[in-house]
Amino acid sequence: MHKVYHRIEQIAGNVITVRADGVMNGELAQVVGTLGTSLAQVIRLEKDKVFLQVFAGSRGIATDGQVRFLGHKMDVSFTEALLGRVFNGSGQPRDNGPTLDENRIAIGGPSVNPAKRIIPRKMVRTGIPMIDVFNSLVESQKLPIFAAAGEPYNELLARIALQAEVDIIILGGMGLKHDDYLQFRDTLEANGALSRSILFIHTAADPTVECQMVPDISLAVAEQFALQNKRVLVLLTDMTSFADALKEIAITMEQIPANRGYPGDLYSQLASRYEKAVDFEGAGSITILAVTTMPGDDVTHPVPDNTGYITEGQFYLRNGRIEPFGSLSRLKQQVNGKTREDHRTVMNTMIQLYASYKETLEKQSMGFRMSAWDNKLLRYGERFEKEMMDLSVNIPLEAALDLGWQIMADCFDPAETGISSKLTEKFWPKATA
Amino acid sequence: MSENVGRIVGINGNLITVKFDKPVTQSEVGYARTGQIALKSEVIRIRGENAELQVFEDTTGLRVGDPVEFSGSLLAVELGPGLLAQVYDGLQNPLPKLAEQCGFFLQRGTYLKALDRATKWAYTPQARKGDEVTAGDTLGTVPEGIFTHRIMVPFRLAGKWQVAETVAAGSYDVDQVVAKLRNERGDEVAVSMVQEWPVKVPIKAYAERLRPTDPLVTKVRIIDTFFPVARGGVYCIPGPFGAGKTVLQQITSKHADVDVVLVAACGERAGEVVETLREFPELTDPRTGKSLMERTLIICNTSSMPVAAREASVYTAVTICEYYRQMGLNVLLLADSTSRWAQALREMSGRLEEIPGEEAFPAYLESVIAAFYERGGVVRLKDGTTGSVTIGGTVSPAGGNFDEPVTQATLKVVGAFHGLNRERSDARRYPAIHPLDSWSKYPGVVDAQQVAQARKTLRQGNEVSQMMKVVGEEGTSIEDFVVYLKSEFLDATYLQQNSFHDVDAATGADRQKYVFAKIHGILTAKVFFPDKDAARKWFLQLTSVTKDWNLVPMDAAEFKQLEQRIDAMLAEVSEHA
Repeated sequence: MHKVYHRIEQIAGNVITVRADGVMNGELAQVVGTLGTSLAQVIRLEKDKVFLQVFAGSRGIATDGQVRFLGHKMDVSFTEALLGRVFNGSGQPRDNGPTLDENRIAIGGPSVNPAKRIIPRKMVRTGIPMIDVFNSLVESQKLPIFAAAGEPYNELLARIALQAEVDIIILGGMGLKHDDYLQFRDTLEANGALSRSILFIHTAADPTVECQMVPDISLAVAEQFALQNKRVLVLLTDMTSFADALKEIAITMEQIPANRGYPGDLYSQLASRYEKAVDFEGAGSITILAVTTMPGDDVTHPVPDNTGYITEGQFYLRNGRIEPFGSLSRLKQQVNGKTREDHRTVMNTMIQLYASYKETLEKQSMGFRMSAWDNKLLRYGERFEKEMMDLSVNIPLEAALDLGWQIMADCFDPAETGISSKLTEKFWPKATA
Repeated sequence: MSENVGRIVGINGNLITVKFDKPVTQSEVGYARTGQIALKSEVIRIRGENAELQVFEDTTGLRVGDPVEFSGSLLAVELGPGLLAQVYDGLQNPLPKLAEQCGFFLQRGTYLKALDRATKWAYTPQARKGDEVTAGDTLGTVPEGIFTHRIMVPFRLAGKWQVAETVAAGSYDVDQVVAKLRNERGDEVAVSMVQEWPVKVPIKAYAERLRPTDPLVTKVRIIDTFFPVARGGVYCIPGPFGAGKTVLQQITSKHADVDVVLVAACGERAGEVVETLREFPELTDPRTGKSLMERTLIICNTSSMPVAAREASVYTAVTICEYYRQMGLNVLLLADSTSRWAQALREMSGRLEEIPGEEAFPAYLESVIAAFYERGGVVRLKDGTTGSVTIGGTVSPAGGNFDEPVTQATLKVVGAFHGLNRERSDARRYPAIHPLDSWSKYPGVVDAQQVAQARKTLRQGNEVSQMMKVVGEEGTSIEDFVVYLKSEFLDATYLQQNSFHDVDAATGADRQKYVFAKIHGILTAKVFFPDKDAARKWFLQLTSVTKDWNLVPMDAAEFKQLEQRIDAMLAEVSEHA
């Protein structure tokens, strides 16, 4: 039915060029090379010259290889049968299950009308005090975990996924090590969560272009479930690999790089994915938790930097702990006023005291004499790190708040904390140890 | 539709190259057709027989050979009654109406009229038949929400015109012709309540521009007292992510002492707009007693919406501001964030393959930013009244480093700089405006000498704190230590403000004067302590009492009681005691 083109004029990186008429921008094509058949997508048109990025990479494509345009855009099948399955970045099965073909939906669809969004109101309880107390996670939030390589970010992601109350979990893996992918799958399976999960996995060994598709494909499916009144949690790891894939294509297309080789539209590209997080008026929601690894542990690197401007806060994972400084949940104000009246005060006071503790620590390391106040802070800081910050701590929010009061009461007088007298009268533990 | 049709010959992202036969104009609007939909676009470069257009929508599905209709007019907005309380996208599409029509998602190629055609307005003519008028003169008025909306002679009309016909007072829709004007050459123009104006051209129908001198009270203490903004002034808020730019803008949009607030959410998070959208109708404007939404207008082109429309959105916003200024009103434009707008310029510049400047931003970045901020200002209108547009733009510098091109280009043209600081926000000292780095050229609401004194305390306190890091507390004299404690006290009780507390969130000008005088008294008082621990303890207590003081309304009995407690505490340690 569709015309087949046989003359490939240029092959550079994963982009091939053919001459053809009547091709749509964004159209899909099938490319046959010596190593097999792959999908490809139109990314640029110049008169009759058509630029296509080949999903499986250009290796093995001959100048007389076949290119057949399919007349439609990138899409994915959306059915209940997706649940419990594993796919690659172009939507092909990675497990041994059948290929799904029914009910195709377009990916990378238009953005949600802001007038149809509602203010998020539901807190997602995780049992991690550094999140629940200090930076509450909220349904429909988009939140990245900033971490250097080697931090246990995937474990944290999996733990939050399992403890959060959601209907469907979608995992988009980009540039994952194969071991990490297996670990995710096994963790989900061991906890009985695989049947409500869908995995779109690109491993480090797979073609780069597929990496680029993972967020779109995951979020397109998530969107459909959300419209069916489901609460969906999308996990994306690692978004830095996604940005690197963008960079690779941009350089191949001879675009002028903006910052450290990344294209000038990196912000818009990341934003159009993250902004899919939504709480629909009268339907379900999408919450996005992503991992952004920071090359060189540098938060001013273009990927974490642009991400921070897009997302609603960030968790810094450092030395296996969620750092209280820098970590932020922008939506916490929506929920932490409704949990318990002392929540905000405990949150602010404990962080301020912890900041003072850090200063004292600095003074101590320089060999200065510690004042009475310094000693109090030192005692406080140690207990705070051990009893609140450690990732192994797993207690409900209310217990964590009580613990906060207890730690403060053990170390300070009420006036020293700067907490208004109304609250100390009610919550300050009476008998101090 | 016009007859001028070109054909697409190239597509690269949201840039299309179009071959044309008949003349096209730079910055003209064109519509790229694919199937049933027409995508709005704007000519940005012409080379030989090809015009390059930026498309305000996703270009997926366009083909080489598809027609593009040139409209002959520049990108313009509709100006007239009914703009207030609306929510528009960057091209002035009303978003709630789009939602009614298209559901959850923004369908591309759907454009709606900005002003509602069904609403009737009670029109009162003011100009009489035979009156001589020029552009911007009032022909009549309609009541719009909280004030009187002037229907003016279209700004595009040059020279002198005579009113040839007027309608009687009555209830009309916006398309109703309310007057006919004639000039000496006999040209006749029918004027309705709506006029169009190209967004990238400033409206200049005023007598003269004045120097901004009146303070604009934002009710944020650190701004009004230390780094004030003037009505008609322009200021910028650069800061790394998470330092509280948007919260500061939201607070300002709620409490600022102006007639109209325009919030331009340019390339930022949709969720933040939603907060404004859903909360403002519920809040009361203390100045008018009506809903806060009635003085607010939102232009919302969030980060996931098309990037070319983002570039247009700040111009759409400032044009509407200028329109309300022409009615003698004080308008505040809060643009969040101008960096996203600059990035939109960069993206287009990259697609055009222009030679890049610093960090790949185009070479014309500085002049574009300067021209935008120059649209703020106070003007004396032809009828003698004054109106103003104040512009507050946030800047999101890459890596929080203020040395990048957008921040630097902005700093050159603004009158006040509120630099947000990562250390302050990490220490939860909100608003995180840096008290030493920031500056303002505008006059404030509080006695300038007292402020200078307080600044000195802050600077000295900072020096002492730096020194203490080297020599330790024991190496610091008690006098220096007290200066440090004083500066911390000023910071904790005055510079920091709890934006989530009903009372503390907004401090009016009178209260600022009163409280600041008291704090100034404490800063300048000679106080004595036996040792440093005693000094620290006293200051901690004083801070706690003063913070409580900030939380009670000024007319409450508790206000006086706490003030007396502060006085008593001060007397205990003063030399007179």
